[in-house]
Amino acid sequence: MTDASPPRAGATRRIPLHRLAHARGGDKGNTSSISVWALDPGDYPLIKQQLTAERIKSVYGRLIEGEVVRYALDHLHGLNFVLREALEGGVNTSLNLDSHGKSWSYLILDLDIEVTDNRPRPSLPGGDMPGHSVPEGTR
Amino acid sequence: MLRMGCGAGFSSDRLGPAIDLARDGDLDWLVFETIGERTLAFGHRDRQADPARGYNPQLGQRMRGVLPHLQRRGTRIVTNMGVANVPAAGALTCRIASDLGLDGLTVAIIEGDDVTHLMTPDTRLFDYGDRTIAEVGRPLVGANVYLGIDAILPGIEAGCDVIVTGRVADPSLFLAPLVHQYGWARDDWAALGRGTLVGHLMECGMQITGGYFADPGVKDVPRLADCGYPIAEVAADGTATITKLAQSGGVVSARTVKEQLLYEVHDPAAYLTPDVTADFSGVSVTERGGNRVAVAGATGSRRPDTLKVTVGFDGGHLGEAGVSYAGRNALGRARLARDILTERLSRVGGFDGAVRIDLVGVDSLHATAGRPGEDQVSAPALDEDAIRDVRVRAAARARDREAVEMLLWEVESLLCCGPAAGGGYRGRITPSVITHSALIARDAVRPTCKVLRA
Repeated sequence: MTDASPPRAGATRRIPLHRLAHARGGDKGNTSSISVWALDPGDYPLIKQQLTAERIKSVYGRLIEGEVVRYALDHLHGLNFVLREALEGGVNTSLNLDSHGKSWSYLILDLDIEVTDNRPRPSLPGGDMPGHSVPEGTR
Repeated sequence: MLRMGCGAGFSSDRLGPAIDLARDGDLDWLVFETIGERTLAFGHRDRQADPARGYNPQLGQRMRGVLPHLQRRGTRIVTNMGVANVPAAGALTCRIASDLGLDGLTVAIIEGDDVTHLMTPDTRLFDYGDRTIAEVGRPLVGANVYLGIDAILPGIEAGCDVIVTGRVADPSLFLAPLVHQYGWARDDWAALGRGTLVGHLMECGMQITGGYFADPGVKDVPRLADCGYPIAEVAADGTATITKLAQSGGVVSARTVKEQLLYEVHDPAAYLTPDVTADFSGVSVTERGGNRVAVAGATGSRRPDTLKVTVGFDGGHLGEAGVSYAGRNALGRARLARDILTERLSRVGGFDGAVRIDLVGVDSLHATAGRPGEDQVSAPALDEDAIRDVRVRAAARARDREAVEMLLWEVESLLCCGPAAGGGYRGRITPSVITHSALIARDAVRPTCKVLRA
């Protein structure tokens, strides 16, 4: 499946990272680590530019009490995020149903990436608004 | 070429595909990895309640399933299924071997990871603000150090068919047979780094063959219900190909390998184990077709001087209970139930910290994360009228069991005292452990190896 009507080239649209990348989360104590990999290597520079440690800390600061550190594996088109004090105490103290934070990877995949090209990308269950454009200066 | 399989990546991992590997995998080594921070503490508690227990509860079934297939190929086993009672696990393995007519089978018992006796009230916990064990203020359940290949190798060198350990670093279970086979020096950090990569990729079982991976429409996995465990073909230089049995379900691709490459890794250039500081930052991942992926380029540097210890404390009790609402205005009724519980449970004392109440199906796992808000405009707004099935879940911890019993009672009472048409009450109380981490000097640890014969 691809977008029914790709937007014109040059228009800025925001699409969920879930359409551009795959991710996996793991836990050690109260630290969550999440790796994010571009589905298409061509999207990696955009992802690397926009998916910063600062942005993740800023969006999910309520959950992440400690720092966020990012490592890049450019040759594999992947980023690794370490989220400290981000598991509500860790697997043995959290009251979250998901006490390991297994689902934290999908918090990251919920973030938007601004895309300016009109390359078709898979349209996925879970919803997005293809071609949704954002006026300049709204970020 | 050494062929290694992984027959379990966690305590409750599937049995059937492990038997398939033992029978059809043409393996030199079959590894079962079953210890986590939680399962180890539970093992301690099981052993305290009954000195004959404390090892992996599925050990018996696993051994009965795979031992009959090992002789044909000379496949040997390394496993940490000893958990908190390695001698009992070894003795049970011998009994099962005898029952199966495998007299003469040898089992190595690797001990020395239990360092409870080395813990003092002043021992510092580096993951707990460097506070001391005394400052935790809870009874100590047990403490285990992560042993490495130095502890496992004597069992391999003694020629044992099965090597049973307690807490060892997961990759070491794979690295030890490689070091033995290829004669790598204990300070050949580059080789140990490459072998550690193999162990790291393999130790979670199906997480590299399609498990913990599928996302329909994005990452589809064929025949996930019959997913196979992984096989690593490892060359003398430590480079490896990851694959699986041809007839099994699942997939081995660059994507599955990459996700596992950094699973629970922090700095990819400094993955600490008792054996080496492994460096995965230059690893190459190459699809060869037919569910075969080649990995190369790992290296390493000197191993850490200290060893990590997991210290378990009695965590009291976790109480969880839920009730469900369905149909029109399900969300409204669930919110009312939540408000009632919030009010009534605030009058109950004895909880450790706050009570958590989730609306499962609307906002639960990610409820405490906050919403991306302005950062994320593409998600559709919640259509409250469309929500037709919500579960209210309450959870709290307490040292005193009576407090969590009261939580369960309050949730159950909603059946008659709460909003309309609440159903499906379930509640349970789970004994809880809390774990923290300490470091100890390597020379304080004295691993031992004892050989049993069936």
